[in-house]
Amino acid sequence: MNDMRLTERAVTQTAKITARGVQVHYGTNHALKDVDVDILDKTVTAFIGPSGCGKSTFLRCLNRMNDTVASARVTGKIEMDGQDIYDPRVDPVQLRAKVGMVFQKPNPFPKSIYDNVAYGPKIHGLARGKAELDQIVETSLKKAALWNEVKDRLSAPGTGLSGGQQQRLCIARAVATSPEVLLMDEPCSALDPIATAQVEELIDELRAQFSVVIVTHSMQQAARVSQRTAFFHLGHLVEYGETGHIFTNPTDPRTEAYITGRIG
Amino acid sequence: MTDLSATAPNSAPQRGGASLIAPDARTQARNAAERRFRRLGLSAVLLGLVALVVLLASVLGNGVSAFRQTYVILPVTLEGSVLDKTGNRNPEEMKKVTTLGYGRLMQDALVAALAEKGIDTGDLKPKEIMALLSKEAPADLRDAVLADPSLIGQSVAFPAFATSRVDGYFKGRVTMESAARDANISPAQLQLADAMRAAGLIETRLNTGFLTRPDASELRPEAAGLGVAILGSAYMMLVVLVLSLPIGVAASIYLEELAPKNRWTDLIEINIANLAAVPSIVFGILALALFINIAGLPQSAPIVGGLVLTLMTLPTIIIATRASLKAVPPSIRDAALGVGASRMQTIFHHVLPLAMPGILTGTILGLARALGESAPLLLIGMVAFVRDFPAAPPAGFFDPASALPVQVYSWTQRADPAFAERASGAIIVLLVFLLSMNALAILLRRRFERRW
Repeated sequence: MNDMRLTERAVTQTAKITARGVQVHYGTNHALKDVDVDILDKTVTAFIGPSGCGKSTFLRCLNRMNDTVASARVTGKIEMDGQDIYDPRVDPVQLRAKVGMVFQKPNPFPKSIYDNVAYGPKIHGLARGKAELDQIVETSLKKAALWNEVKDRLSAPGTGLSGGQQQRLCIARAVATSPEVLLMDEPCSALDPIATAQVEELIDELRAQFSVVIVTHSMQQAARVSQRTAFFHLGHLVEYGETGHIFTNPTDPRTEAYITGRIG
Repeated sequence: MTDLSATAPNSAPQRGGASLIAPDARTQARNAAERRFRRLGLSAVLLGLVALVVLLASVLGNGVSAFRQTYVILPVTLEGSVLDKTGNRNPEEMKKVTTLGYGRLMQDALVAALAEKGIDTGDLKPKEIMALLSKEAPADLRDAVLADPSLIGQSVAFPAFATSRVDGYFKGRVTMESAARDANISPAQLQLADAMRAAGLIETRLNTGFLTRPDASELRPEAAGLGVAILGSAYMMLVVLVLSLPIGVAASIYLEELAPKNRWTDLIEINIANLAAVPSIVFGILALALFINIAGLPQSAPIVGGLVLTLMTLPTIIIATRASLKAVPPSIRDAALGVGASRMQTIFHHVLPLAMPGILTGTILGLARALGESAPLLLIGMVAFVRDFPAAPPAGFFDPASALPVQVYSWTQRADPAFAERASGAIIVLLVFLLSMNALAILLRRRFERRW
């Protein structure tokens, strides 16, 4: 990848997800303050910022994973393709089928590699038969660049793979339900540099089909993989724009301080 | 612990010059503390082992003999003219011959057998000779004939229980001295028993009846068995398993995974923890009031015993299940929810299978505790003397029955020392059941853990 020619990246302009005035409270803790973001379709968007700045919280708002936290309260408006995802009529289960998620720590199910990938399509009824399911598993594993390594041992337990392979298995699992948006919460923080490079390459390929949102602590990673970057600080969205712009010519002094290593 | 507070401000610079090979005073003290703690732990383990060995040795030493019993091998001709006067082998007609009739037949057969073997009976009267046999023996012979009328007319060698005094004499419990003071047996009778043993008329054999026969009265300890108690305990465990596992697991899943965390669920949680610590006899009083007095269920019935033991086991199962649900890593729940599984799918496809080994272990340990529980059963009348086997389930759940721990208790209450041996034997049976349940728990745990 041409890391340094950041400004030349082509960016589509249709918004997939629009967030307006999003506030999140965990009990009395005001974790996210008045965030407005447009996440563009078929684009990699990176969220950067110091620990505890609210970037993961915001990511978890996008597929309503915060619903599982009893004390969390989300206000504001988040729309996906013009539909409010916090509308009471929205079933979070259906939303999560459209908005896949990859977590910080690889968390394959303690089942076979095949079952890990097939689980999502099975519960959503995406395959009409065994052959179709096999096809979905194969394409998903291929998309996650794992097929060649595991095609001979699909019935082996997913937990027996190496860390990097496990994370790619989790990506395959998320991809298998054909989501429209893929959320990744520090997907490489538990991986070594080689596995990280593989996952990053993968993210770039996935951009052709999905809109990818990635939370990362590594500014180099944000610069390498994303077209747009949002910088969060203390629950505020400080600056959001094209990655090249953020890294080369930030408008806010806090952004500049963070990317040059003075805060964080 | 003590290391930190002992650090003097000027000790750090001194360490630089110390040798690596000779440990300094602080290291020596630390190592000595570790050695002391190891010795303490080891001696605690050894103490526990010694206690266990003493317990097992005492129980086994007293109880193993309950599985062997002294029999008089009585050659008896089952005369049709006495036992079936009409000769048509009609069971209804044959039942008219009472145990007294069989008793006379056996007495004659015994005297004849002694005469045939040339055993000198001294001045013992036939009735005193017959007293070597259990009072249960004629009834056993009658049962055998009624069960198989074709025996009539044949000569059979019938193994009849010897009376508990004779049995005790061969097991060393009864001596000539004690017999001299005993109204139930005389030294002359014991000498006769010795002679009969030498002639092959008395044998000590394995007594399967100890496991299959019902309880017997005070005067017939040799005939007492655990059959009704084992069946009663099995029925109760069935009731406990069927009720407490689904209710306990459902309650745990609700509390752990679905219930909002508020004051009410806190209250429920505290109460469940408290219920687990309530003395079992209190549950017995509750069951007496609720199931027998209000609901009108029969006394001494396995269904009531099962219900009260279910109440006792539920907190144990709920606590164990919640602990194993909690132990399932949250990342698995996130993963399932992340691919769009519903809460129910997350629980039943991912969380519950992972928690299964813990749930099963908790359940079986709860069941094992319920199996050994006697106090609440005393209050619901299961301590009654029951000789009739309960019917097959489900009707049998409402028939009177006994239970293993209660049988141990009631045998230890009886005067005849032969019951002490049987009580120890019953403890062995109970321990075997408990050990096999624990083994099953370990087995299931291994099996499920390998699968996941």
